[in-house]
Amino acid sequence: MVNNNLLSLIIFAPLAGAAINWLVGRRLRDERFIGIVACGSVAVSTVIAFYLAFKSDGALRATQPIMDHLWTWIKVGSFRADFGLALDRLSGIYALFVTFVGLLIHIFATGYMHDDSGYYRFFAYLNLFMFAMLTLVLADNFLLMFVGWEGVGLCSYLLIGYYIDKEEAAPAAKKAFIANRVGDWGFVLGILLLFWLTSKAGAPSISFFDKAGLSSALATIGKLPVDAFTWHAFFAGGITSVAILLFIGATGKSAQIPLFVWLPDAMAGPTPVSALIHAATMVTAGVYMVVRCAAIFTHAPAAMFVVAIIGAATALFAATIGLAQNDIKKVLAYSTISQLGYMFLACGVGAFIAAIFHVMTHAFFKAQLFLGSGSVIHGMHHEQDMRRMGNLRKYMPITWLTMCAGWLAICGVPIWAGFFSKDEILWKVWSAGTSNLPGGAAKALWFVGAVTALLTAVYMTRLMVMTFWGQERFGGGHAEASQDQAEHDGHSSPTPHESPLSMTIPLIVLAVLSTVGGLVGVPYALSSLTGGHPQNYFEEALSPAVSHAPSSGIGENSAPEVNWQTPPPEPVDGKPAFAPISEPVETHDPHEINQERLLALISVTIALIGIGIGWFMFQRQPLMHMPRLLENKYYVDEIYDTTVINPIHVTSREGLWQIFDLGVIDGIIHTIGGAVVKFGRTIRYMQIGFVRGYAAIILAGALIIIGYFAYAGANVLKVIVK
Amino acid sequence: MTPQLSWYLALSAVLFTIGVVGVMLKRNVISMFMCIELMLNAVNLTFVAFSSFFRDVTGQLFVFIVMTVAAAEAAVGLGIIIAIFRTRESLDVDDASTLKL
Repeated sequence: MVNNNLLSLIIFAPLAGAAINWLVGRRLRDERFIGIVACGSVAVSTVIAFYLAFKSDGALRATQPIMDHLWTWIKVGSFRADFGLALDRLSGIYALFVTFVGLLIHIFATGYMHDDSGYYRFFAYLNLFMFAMLTLVLADNFLLMFVGWEGVGLCSYLLIGYYIDKEEAAPAAKKAFIANRVGDWGFVLGILLLFWLTSKAGAPSISFFDKAGLSSALATIGKLPVDAFTWHAFFAGGITSVAILLFIGATGKSAQIPLFVWLPDAMAGPTPVSALIHAATMVTAGVYMVVRCAAIFTHAPAAMFVVAIIGAATALFAATIGLAQNDIKKVLAYSTISQLGYMFLACGVGAFIAAIFHVMTHAFFKAQLFLGSGSVIHGMHHEQDMRRMGNLRKYMPITWLTMCAGWLAICGVPIWAGFFSKDEILWKVWSAGTSNLPGGAAKALWFVGAVTALLTAVYMTRLMVMTFWGQERFGGGHAEASQDQAEHDGHSSPTPHESPLSMTIPLIVLAVLSTVGGLVGVPYALSSLTGGHPQNYFEEALSPAVSHAPSSGIGENSAPEVNWQTPPPEPVDGKPAFAPISEPVETHDPHEINQERLLALISVTIALIGIGIGWFMFQRQPLMHMPRLLENKYYVDEIYDTTVINPIHVTSREGLWQIFDLGVIDGIIHTIGGAVVKFGRTIRYMQIGFVRGYAAIILAGALIIIGYFAYAGANVLKVIVK
Repeated sequence: MTPQLSWYLALSAVLFTIGVVGVMLKRNVISMFMCIELMLNAVNLTFVAFSSFFRDVTGQLFVFIVMTVAAAEAAVGLGIIIAIFRTRESLDVDDASTLKL
């Protein structure tokens, strides 16, 4: 364990930025000052994160995490939660891309939010979000992680509802918050149950790492036997229950079925917020948590199976909805949900490294696409409907070119970042071992993933074609459209324009990252083709942190050798099983490599077919009507309204309010109050108001008392005389 | 024939009863006030009588305390009476009855 106090500066620099902007910026109202404070504080975090990760004994090189114990936060009995930070390989990678992408988005936002009356408020919230997100990532125990978890939820709420004059913003913010509460409920219960389990195992802890006087909860779980793959295990209160409860938390934060409904509505917030919070960082917190708890999930195969199913289902479900949306940000929102589903699919089959790899590349290209859409919206004078765009490449060449990089990346065209991560996930799903998946499930999941990849390519191509190619549909193109638009913003010059430098530079940087960012994790099967460096840097860097329980000095030695990755590869259905991730370099079975190459070829074909379909369908008919079922998002919101929200409303209004609150609670209070009033009304006649009356009462009282004592004294005398 | 203790006690009881009856029956504030003083001094008489009877000085000490309290009470009470007279132009206690609901 290496201590380094610089670590706390990573989280406290944005907090200081938020405080300065809130207290000073609101008085100065100087955009330059606010922008410099906001970007500067995040830049400090970025520099420190890079320094701590890459210095000679940095987090990505050393085996031990860098720790910073600030203070012991709660200590009750055997329960202990520290305010302590830890930068290991997993949180290191997260901290790197969160700070870096966050910095780019902050810079972009200085241009995007130009001339907004709430400039200081926006950047204060944004910095506060960075603080919460980095706390979440760097926390060294579950409880502090939960603090960050709630903090990002709060900032997400504040920023979705940022446009206070927009009608849909406040309900959207509320929806996001409430949907997240449902998930948080699972998360908290999961933490409690985990503490209970570790207490039963003799080492009560909720810490991720071994510390002085505290052993890692994950290592403790790692020493327990693997739960059975049964439905009963979900409710047995064992490791599977913990895993499922934690996963419920992840579905809320990461917008998975059934709690995904808040994310599309969250697009009511400003576009940089959508890019930062609802695409690149916060929504991947669920993936982070699952990967962080890999030791728990690998001991709960039934929970893993559920994670994989939910991930695959969400990926496919959201992709089909994304096909039919007309709002440029809504398409990207559903695309985000779909890609998050991919990540959970990877987690569910045990490919945690692939999941994190996809998180990182997704952060690059999705942030790029969102910022690009923000640039389009900005250039189109706050027009978000793709039906009123078209041929924008003539007006916004930089936005167009950079968005092409993001587009190719998300479609999975080789060289671009998305290809490597998505391909790796598909390969890991295809070759997932049989120990945690029922027979045939791996292939079925792969098929779902492949279909999703095809749909992804189609809807992203649709987005690009509708926005940047074809006819110009703004201005006087459509009678209906132009009328609508005149009503909409009343701008005198509807001609789109290219965005300022502060917006295009982050676009360019992110486009470059979307293009080359995947090269850090090229799998051996592909890198050996070109004869290049056959090393998968990403996997090499992460594998010590993830494939076993983190800080698992104990876990490794004494863990029973039964988790999902330990059975030696053996042929399944005539095909070789996947190589254990823990030793990626040694088992390069040529047969397996050929299969991986074949699958890569298949995914490239899928991507190209998808792009082709999208291109030819929407180039000709950009305004083609999509199936109504998809356009209305499978009526999920309506279904939730009738099955969950309305019943709760009705029970609350009729049952809880009318009967319980008005009847029981108010009834009790009114009865007590009425009795007191009646009593007072009766005895108030004692207050006759005449002085002599009071004197008479005093006299009567005195006589009673004296009489009592005289009587009692007489009795005593009698006794004595006897 | 030397005075007995019971004589003093009887006198004291008579004085006290006169005071009580005066407070109950009189309407004039000043008269009521004088009756209260009468009651206090009846009690003083009892104290002194017992003190002399038991050859104990404690009773006489109590008399001083009672006199002190009576003096303070007289000061406050007369002040209140003056205030009432100024606002109501009357010394009849039944006129000062606004406390009644």
